[in-house]
Amino acid sequence: MEILLARIQFAATSTYHFFFVPLTLGLVLLVAIIQTRYVQTGDEKFKKMTKFWGNLFLINFAMGVVTGIVQEFQFGMNWSGYSRYVGDIFGAPLAVEALLAFFIESTFIGIWVFGWERLGKKAHLTCIWLVAIASNLSAVWILIANSFMQNPVGYDIVNGRAQMIDFPALITNPHFLYQFPHVFSAGLCTGAFFIMGVSAWHLFKGSDIDFFKTSFKYGATAGFIAVILVVGIGHFQGQHLVQEQPMKMAAAEAHWETSDPADFVVFAGIDEKGRANSAEVKIPGLLSFMSYNSFTGEVKGLNDLQAEMEALHGPGNYTPPVAVNFWSFRVMVGAGLLMMLLALLALIFRGKIETKKGFLRVMPIALFLPYLANTGGWFLAEFGRQPWLVYNLQTLEEGVSTVVPASSIVISLVGLVLIYTLLMIADIYLLAAGARKSPELLDAPEGKEGSLWI
Amino acid sequence: MDLNILWFILVCVLFIGFFFLEGFDYGVGMLTPFAGKTDGERRVVINSIGPFWDGNEVWLITAGGAVFAAFPHWYATLFSGFYLALFVILLALIARGVSFEFRSKVASPAWRKLWDWVICVSSFLPALLWGVAVSNFITGVPIDANMEYAGTFFTLLTPFTLLGGVVTFLLFLYHGAAFLSLKTGDEAILERVGRIGRISGAVLVPVTVAWVVFAFLTTGLKSSPVALAAVAVAAVALVLSVVLAWTKHWGVSFIASAVTIAFVTVTVFAAMFPNVMISSLNPEWSLTIYNASSSPYTLKIMTIVALCLVPIVLIYQIMNFVIFKKRVTQDKLEY
Repeated sequence: MEILLARIQFAATSTYHFFFVPLTLGLVLLVAIIQTRYVQTGDEKFKKMTKFWGNLFLINFAMGVVTGIVQEFQFGMNWSGYSRYVGDIFGAPLAVEALLAFFIESTFIGIWVFGWERLGKKAHLTCIWLVAIASNLSAVWILIANSFMQNPVGYDIVNGRAQMIDFPALITNPHFLYQFPHVFSAGLCTGAFFIMGVSAWHLFKGSDIDFFKTSFKYGATAGFIAVILVVGIGHFQGQHLVQEQPMKMAAAEAHWETSDPADFVVFAGIDEKGRANSAEVKIPGLLSFMSYNSFTGEVKGLNDLQAEMEALHGPGNYTPPVAVNFWSFRVMVGAGLLMMLLALLALIFRGKIETKKGFLRVMPIALFLPYLANTGGWFLAEFGRQPWLVYNLQTLEEGVSTVVPASSIVISLVGLVLIYTLLMIADIYLLAAGARKSPELLDAPEGKEGSLWI
Repeated sequence: MDLNILWFILVCVLFIGFFFLEGFDYGVGMLTPFAGKTDGERRVVINSIGPFWDGNEVWLITAGGAVFAAFPHWYATLFSGFYLALFVILLALIARGVSFEFRSKVASPAWRKLWDWVICVSSFLPALLWGVAVSNFITGVPIDANMEYAGTFFTLLTPFTLLGGVVTFLLFLYHGAAFLSLKTGDEAILERVGRIGRISGAVLVPVTVAWVVFAFLTTGLKSSPVALAAVAVAAVALVLSVVLAWTKHWGVSFIASAVTIAFVTVTVFAAMFPNVMISSLNPEWSLTIYNASSSPYTLKIMTIVALCLVPIVLIYQIMNFVIFKKRVTQDKLEY
């Protein structure tokens, strides 16, 4: 019971957290680029753009920060067995993240917000670049930590605990080297689609055409580059994972039986108990191609992998939840491919975008596609790791806190979900209000200033 | 000096940074609805910590990360054991972290008053609970032979630890009032926070004395010369600070209250040393800087990282305070 509750809490808080983080990672870069244009050209339009998108960035940023605090302490609260077992390795990147990234990020965001008139233009611009770099650096270190859970390296087991013996190996974990560029470009993609979506909404209405047309161009360029990167890297990452975590990829494809060549299952009815698909739509040989860039090649199935795991670790169920992985993967890839198409169209249309009314209707909705892809991607990454907490080293049962009663977890779970949901509603309301505002009225808050008590 | 001791000191330094900086943030937060009566005045209060509070909070995150990296068993035992107390602190930090940004975005009296009280309560709760937590550090808590916490949430609440909560609540309130006296340029606010500062300071002295006497009689405080020296410095600094507050020398008074916070923290850490979690069941079961620590290799790596980065952090955080050293008035506000 405790373990299920702890898992739900971790999944819920992480999903909320990563709802906000990618936009932070991507939008801050775009704001920094736009402000650089302002400093280069002195054009007031770019200053206004910086303020407009910067305002939305800040509303979103706050939520990313506060949901992140919970993540940092949750390992100790709910997963103390895990914390003891891998603390020697896992704590280090978290501490480095705080020292190297969070301090820069949160100090310079303060200076940036309050420093428009106190600092010189270049010094002020430096602040937002530091925030942009530090935000993405924090992603570097948390992904190094996560990569150890996915693919433990640079350790030795001493007295029943994992001990770090090779720090360079930890930070050059192949898993991380694929995962970071994927997450980085996903963030940029999220920021770009956000800018395109909001701009399209204004352009459709015909308000502030020049301002939003320029914004849209930045979004379209960044979005196209980002989506090519995220899909391309994702492809190679998938091939790497076939080697590193074959179970995860087999689950993502609902690939039960080893075969050569392996067919790609587009859609399937999945029977997890019977360990087979009840119905499937297949493309012959495509899974081999996705795995090896060749239409032949053996791809191991879940049933053989399960037998291999049992031979290694003793009896038990080592198969992750297949349906969750299968559909998460499809949501991510489907959203990614759709974004690729839209980003291409956006790039083609960007010069006369205000006339493409149909497209302008679609883009505000497409703003949500990166969110689907981001969530799907993390579901695959984390559900695909089950039943392991640390792949091949520690199971969930061994990692969960033994002293925290179910009642405590229920309290924290309900409390966190409640406050996250309330704040998320407030945050989305403020984002929507800020996004709908005309850039000309930026300095006025929502509502009438005169209505305030003096 | 071995690396375990160095990391114990480093964690102590991070907590000093956290309590000193977040101390006045919590104080300012608690004072928001009381120091400002109009929206304009409250904005001045909030803007006085505007450029700083986010960076200040990272001292806690870093302290948490450092404990995890250097003393994983301490991290695991503390956060799983103090589960509900920590949960309340986290809820408060979440609400507090968004409230400054959210408050300013909508100009409706009801909306803003709501967030003013969120700021106040979410600053009050951690201010109180940190005192309860550190008091438990020095009294010890039930920890079994497997390093696991064996009490409940209510085990943490004793007269002594609750008194500790009152001490940090008053100390941070006082510290925040001193900060606002230095950082705001609004007469009405200065008048109010001056009064609150003087009164809270006057109450703080006897309460702190009671806590120290209590600690001297019932904990390991008396057997640690360093802790005794630190508590003496803290006591002198506190009395000096309050006297200076009553004579309206807020600048030196604020520095003295910062010294008080630093040396109270040193007192707590020195009283625990070399333990990091004292077991009230059996001293043999306590977590120490040796049995709770990471491997020498990890400590070495982390020492290199910390010695390179901490000075840089200090430089740019001090720079931040220099850039925004002017008193805040109603003319130019961001939040």
